[in-house]
Amino acid sequence: MGKVLTITSGKGGVGKTTTTANIGAALAGLGKKVVCIDADIGLRNLDLVLGLENRIVYDLVDVVEGRCRLRQAMIRDKRLPELYLIPAAQTRDKTAVSPSDMVEICDELRREFDWVLIDSPAGIERGFRNAIAPADEVVVVTNPEVSSVRDADRIIGLIEAEEKGPARLIINRLDPRMVRSGDMLSVEDVVELLAIELLGVIPEDESIVINTNRGMPVVLNPKSKAGQAFHNIARRLLGEKVPFMPIEEESGGLRKLLGRWLRGG
Amino acid sequence: MGWFERLTGRERSAKKAKDRLRLVLIHDRTDLPPARLEALKDELIAVISRYVEIEPQAVEIQLSQDGREQYLVANIPLKSPGRRRS
Repeated sequence: MGKVLTITSGKGGVGKTTTTANIGAALAGLGKKVVCIDADIGLRNLDLVLGLENRIVYDLVDVVEGRCRLRQAMIRDKRLPELYLIPAAQTRDKTAVSPSDMVEICDELRREFDWVLIDSPAGIERGFRNAIAPADEVVVVTNPEVSSVRDADRIIGLIEAEEKGPARLIINRLDPRMVRSGDMLSVEDVVELLAIELLGVIPEDESIVINTNRGMPVVLNPKSKAGQAFHNIARRLLGEKVPFMPIEEESGGLRKLLGRWLRGG
Repeated sequence: MGWFERLTGRERSAKKAKDRLRLVLIHDRTDLPPARLEALKDELIAVISRYVEIEPQAVEIQLSQDGREQYLVANIPLKSPGRRRS
């Protein structure tokens, strides 16, 4: 039986969709059979991040309303043959799907897939309830920044209240240079504030923007540090003990020294 | 305070962020904003005073935490015997 993993955050724009796409691609790359569900009905984006936007015929709401079978709504990723997407409907809203619909769909998918990943919408209302109802595990994505940490804390409380916890944490868009100069919350700060287990840290990385522009998950780019970080998260999800990457930027000693001096740190 | 703070008089912004978050999260988690906590304290003083003499101005009540568990911690000094009304 496969596992259902929900990726959520509270605040929008912290990288849930990018995280879902990349964990999905990384797990598929490790030989697992994976389906990603875009639960953000009305604001669909996982298709675009995965580069599958031109291949949508049916969506999640078509499945719920009986216009197609579950299998017909699945899009297979040609680069990673074990990765599938079930897209969100773009012209409907969150009330078109209920938490029990999601449980039913995931129970069916669990029989065929190793991993069912759910990309949750932002917010704490219906869309979030839909996304966590079938979850076996929940991952909360946050940025090292005050408003997303506060919203993550609220979401962690709601996950506990729904008895879906304990959630694990991904800190996305960490800028090591700013952390070093004391102008960005560190990994330790965020983990201490939220008091949940850390699953991974994704460094700020231009290659995310570039790969997303192309509709190619960054894990497919072996040179990308963010891609490596997502790959490590996938391995941790499979139960491997993967040490956390040192969050150091690669620069020469002189440049480092000069940079430090110029910043007055 | 590190040498940077002493030199510039500016606190590093990450530290400021952490301190602000620590406070706001405690109140978010308990749904107990500071003003309501003050009201709770006043009522607590009134109730306890019906049973035992206390020093109202010395009463301290605050939220504290251990991991994700929250505690309401009250420190309520009793009036010392020597100062008790007979």
